[in-house]
Amino acid sequence: MIPASFDYHRASTLQEAFTFAQEYGEDAKYLAGGHSLIPMMKLRFSEPAHIIDISRIQGLKYIKEEDGILKIGALTTEADLEFSDLCHDKYPILVDVSKLIGDPSVRNKATVGGNLAHGDAANDHPAVMLALKANIVAEGPNGTHNIPVDEFFKGFFETALEQHDILIEIQIPATKAGNGGAYNKIERKVGDYATSGVAVNLTVDTSDTVVDIGIGLTNVNPVPMRVSRAEEALKGNKLTQELIEKAGKIAGEDCSPTADLRGSEDYKRSITKELTIRTINKAWERAKASL
Amino acid sequence: MKKEVTINVNGTSYTEEVEPRLLLVHFIRENLELTGTHIGCDTSHCGACTILLNGDSVKSCTIFTVQADGAEIATVEGMMQDGKYHPLQEAFKEYHGLQCGFCTPGMLMRAIDFLKHNPDPTEEEIRWGISSNLCRCTGYNNIVIAIEKAAEKMREVEVETVA
Amino acid sequence: MEFTCKTSKEIGGMGHSLKRREDDRFIQGKGNYVDDVKLPGMLYMDIVRSPYAYAKIKSINTEKALAIDGVITVITGKDLEEHNLHWMPTFLSDTQMVLPTDTVMYQAQEVACVIATSRYIAADAVEAVEVDYEPMKPVMDPHKALDPDAPVLRTDKEGKKDNHIYHWENGDREKTEEVFKNADVVVKEQIYLPRIHVASIETCGCVADYQTATKKMTVYMTTQAPHAVRTVVALVAGHVGLSEERIRIISPDLGGGFGGKVPIYPGYIVAITATFLIGKPVKWIEDRTENLQADSFARDYDMTCELAATKEGKIQAFRIKTLADMGYTDGSANPSKYPAGMFSICTGSYDYSTAFAEVDAVYTNKPPGGIAYRCSFRVTEAAHAIERMVDILAQKIGKDPAELRMENFIKKDQFPYKSALGWEYDSGDYHAGLEKAMNMIGYDELRKEQVEKRAKGEYMGIGICTFTEIVGAGPSKDFDILGLKMFDSAEIRVHPTGKAIARFGTKSQGQGHETTYAQIIAEELGIPAEHITIEEGDTDTAPYGLGTYASRSIATAGAAAAIAARKLRDKARKIAAYLLEVSEEDLEWEPGKFSVKGAPEKSKTIQELVFAAYTNYPPGMEGGFEAVHYYDPPNLTFPSGAYICVVDIDGKTGAIKVRRFVAIDDCGNIINPMIVQGQIHGGLTQGIAPAMYEELIYDDEGNILNGSFMDYLVPTAVESPKWETDHVVTPSPHHPLGAKGVAESPTVGAPPAIVNAIVDALSPLGVTHVEIPVTPYKVWKILKEKGVVD
Repeated sequence: MIPASFDYHRASTLQEAFTFAQEYGEDAKYLAGGHSLIPMMKLRFSEPAHIIDISRIQGLKYIKEEDGILKIGALTTEADLEFSDLCHDKYPILVDVSKLIGDPSVRNKATVGGNLAHGDAANDHPAVMLALKANIVAEGPNGTHNIPVDEFFKGFFETALEQHDILIEIQIPATKAGNGGAYNKIERKVGDYATSGVAVNLTVDTSDTVVDIGIGLTNVNPVPMRVSRAEEALKGNKLTQELIEKAGKIAGEDCSPTADLRGSEDYKRSITKELTIRTINKAWERAKASL
Repeated sequence: MKKEVTINVNGTSYTEEVEPRLLLVHFIRENLELTGTHIGCDTSHCGACTILLNGDSVKSCTIFTVQADGAEIATVEGMMQDGKYHPLQEAFKEYHGLQCGFCTPGMLMRAIDFLKHNPDPTEEEIRWGISSNLCRCTGYNNIVIAIEKAAEKMREVEVETVA
Repeated sequence: MEFTCKTSKEIGGMGHSLKRREDDRFIQGKGNYVDDVKLPGMLYMDIVRSPYAYAKIKSINTEKALAIDGVITVITGKDLEEHNLHWMPTFLSDTQMVLPTDTVMYQAQEVACVIATSRYIAADAVEAVEVDYEPMKPVMDPHKALDPDAPVLRTDKEGKKDNHIYHWENGDREKTEEVFKNADVVVKEQIYLPRIHVASIETCGCVADYQTATKKMTVYMTTQAPHAVRTVVALVAGHVGLSEERIRIISPDLGGGFGGKVPIYPGYIVAITATFLIGKPVKWIEDRTENLQADSFARDYDMTCELAATKEGKIQAFRIKTLADMGYTDGSANPSKYPAGMFSICTGSYDYSTAFAEVDAVYTNKPPGGIAYRCSFRVTEAAHAIERMVDILAQKIGKDPAELRMENFIKKDQFPYKSALGWEYDSGDYHAGLEKAMNMIGYDELRKEQVEKRAKGEYMGIGICTFTEIVGAGPSKDFDILGLKMFDSAEIRVHPTGKAIARFGTKSQGQGHETTYAQIIAEELGIPAEHITIEEGDTDTAPYGLGTYASRSIATAGAAAAIAARKLRDKARKIAAYLLEVSEEDLEWEPGKFSVKGAPEKSKTIQELVFAAYTNYPPGMEGGFEAVHYYDPPNLTFPSGAYICVVDIDGKTGAIKVRRFVAIDDCGNIINPMIVQGQIHGGLTQGIAPAMYEELIYDDEGNILNGSFMDYLVPTAVESPKWETDHVVTPSPHHPLGAKGVAESPTVGAPPAIVNAIVDALSPLGVTHVEIPVTPYKVWKILKEKGVVD
């Protein structure tokens, strides 16, 4: 498995990357960690004539809280998240997800930005970012723009990034008391794409009433999806197992999975329901612990 | 268009002109003739090609050589120091952590990185920690034991490690 | 009975857990696998493969490929036809295209081979070869392959009017029918074992190097059977001048084999042809996708199984009818007399005298193969059938499956035991094995826990498998491959200073032969194992043998080593008698030394005696200290095992957790306990793999749906449970060392234990059988069907 020939350009700044991108247009592809693109190139499903390596651009690799926002640089690797003290202490959902992406060596290269920018509903970060109601910051030749995550995933492998845009930062509202998140997925074996994955970010008050809720799903819809109806069912209500069950049921109903080697549509709906129930409970447990 | 790269491998710096599409694993195996790093699947699933890139375990079949320009790489050939085995090498032999030997170099490189983050792991953690590497011979039992034992030893004595 | 070491640790004979000799090079990254071989001027071969399962080749246009700088040539079937090299025999006397001249018969079949100056250019050239196909509707379902209107696939075979390959049967059909008619209880189940792939981590490949000046063809090849390969190459290419003495096959370090490196793949033959025509070395290394899609598969056995018993559960008869999908050709490398291998071991570990087994094999448009998955000639299929049926019977009559087994086992004192289908089981103690497994896992407590779990609606299962293996092929009167008798060989050469080199006709792929063979010689001669170098895999230096597969190495070549060493010990005795001036009868042997009976101070060490064999040997004696033996086993060996598995099933998602797995093996006397345990661990993981994860899946058009490691699910350390092992020992009475062979037992025994546990967990729902691989999805479907989930 040998990729086709290409020319290689290394950008050391965003501006340089845009210049290359504008010069080579459609024939060029950005390369960060490479764990989505290179396998495609080795299979010759993708044969870009130009590769623009953006992995060396300085200042895009960080996890920090600033002005009430958790900011993650796009070149942050999954391993960075996995071993981040900040994530362990305050954003366990990000540790959950990073531990379930690919495998430990893949996580050393794969980037959070790449995982999102690929626009693949089978990737795990989209659901998490939907649950966390993240804001995606992109920069292009014409400047920087913010894209709310709900507007980011446009279609099958399609995002709101414009042609030469580079995703530079993910912004997540900082966690506060009563907030807890969790991610889990069912996979056939370690390293597999999710048969179904569920991300939940939940805020409760001391009476267990849902103040805020985000639920995102992985790989059970052509486009990464938020389970809005389940969120509405929960929001403002006191959490009970019946209510959680109901939210799970909605998740199973509202997703739109495709039958494949992982299982039938029915199966995926059913496990999405169950996984939603379990993940809400896990998030709830964490939310309560933070009060 | 070829690109010049300078890569430090096991402490030696190499400067070569390479095709941008040259996979790092081929650069290591063919240009540098360090054939301890193997190729098992081409799709980044098996881990036979695992090396340390600036200290992190990565799958060299899914990295272009040009991406590693300026990097420090360690391969299995760099594990021995002063003619002595690394505790992991020793433990793999002592506890029968290998059979055909094909996955072994990748498994060793992965284990180095794993123990760096988790010097005192549980069995379960080791299993997840090496889930990037497939072995078809050993059933993993003895690999897990070897890593446990090596970790014990590495906690006791400071080990000069590669990279 | 436990084996006691006769030698000191320093000598390191049988029973010592010697650390492996081969490990030093592997842990330093200094192994020498085929892709590590680099020769001056070496060219690279890459293969154009068919995207269709069944198609006519209308044309192949190589112009664009040849125009690429660095491309030397493109070889097609027509080119090979000019030299009459376009067909080759399989190991089961069928025929196989090297490259097609007009029709492709399975997806990923080799269509043309590109030779270029680099791997990268060769890959580019493969993309540039234009092949015009006329696709045809493939035959993918083996049942439909026998329909009268099914297209006849093997039109190359003159007079062939259907897709039937062979019918094989064993046992007494009428008597079996009679017993079934009169039985109190009959259970029946359709059991399908799907296609799987060994997927050794190293794929296949070769470096073929023809030297025009010396007319010598050297081929470094991923092969488990280098000598047989040499003979086949001579048979295929003798007419172009490659006679057998000019061919040297070298099998270097192998990155796993498991049977997948027994067949001769077209790529090897084309690479050999290419170097022969071009006069430069040619390397061919397949990638994983090619390996999974085109190389030898295993299983694809559809079995209809029936068991007859009394109402108390005494087994009376077993009947099995099988349809075997062989793919495009029968490449299963079975012994000639046994096209279905040792399938007739299917009567299992139980004492009854009536059985009938039959197999019909058919051609389809799938890749060829048949037995390559750590399976000694269809034993896995046989064990799966009987071990599932015994559980189904237990379930039907409401008896504990352990108890039912205990009541039906062949008893220890019945050995040697003639099975219903004619095998003579050499030794065993099945009761002891199962008892040990039950104690180790705490069987009774687990059954109690299960009752409690069931009351709470939880799904916990306990599964047993007590299998009998049949390995060590085999006695020359019955066993050959392409006419070559299945003996194996050892040659020992001891140097004047008492150090030795020994060579074998087998070929280790991770089994540790360099260590264990040395231990056998150390056991017999008393020369420390570390002073003995072991070599295999070079046909120019090693004695002829059929290679390593089907757990045969210790049973055949290991025995050959023992006997060759004994020949040397006899010579040493003669020299000792001469030097000590006593008669041979007055000498007694202890490992490493002959001494005079009653006068132990008068002795000669083996090293002294070897030195004398070069410097001071009796008049009339041949000088030197060498021996060779070709061992023809009198019988096969019959390892056995008692495995117990505990599973917990998630009643909402179908997720299956193997909580515990205990394996008690009886492989006879053990050469190296550490290595044997390692073999069992590995084989168990290759048992859970097909039981729960692996399957090659094709659609109706013949497209493989999971031809890479993304979807062909080889277990990682997370999926593979922590194995718990132990053994009982009943030495083989006919093997010179009492050994039996072990590597495949765990792969034979694990899947039924796992499936039996899963079925046991789901049995409150009325479930009696689940096909492998048992995935969470399959379990969920059952839960859904039974109304447990919605």
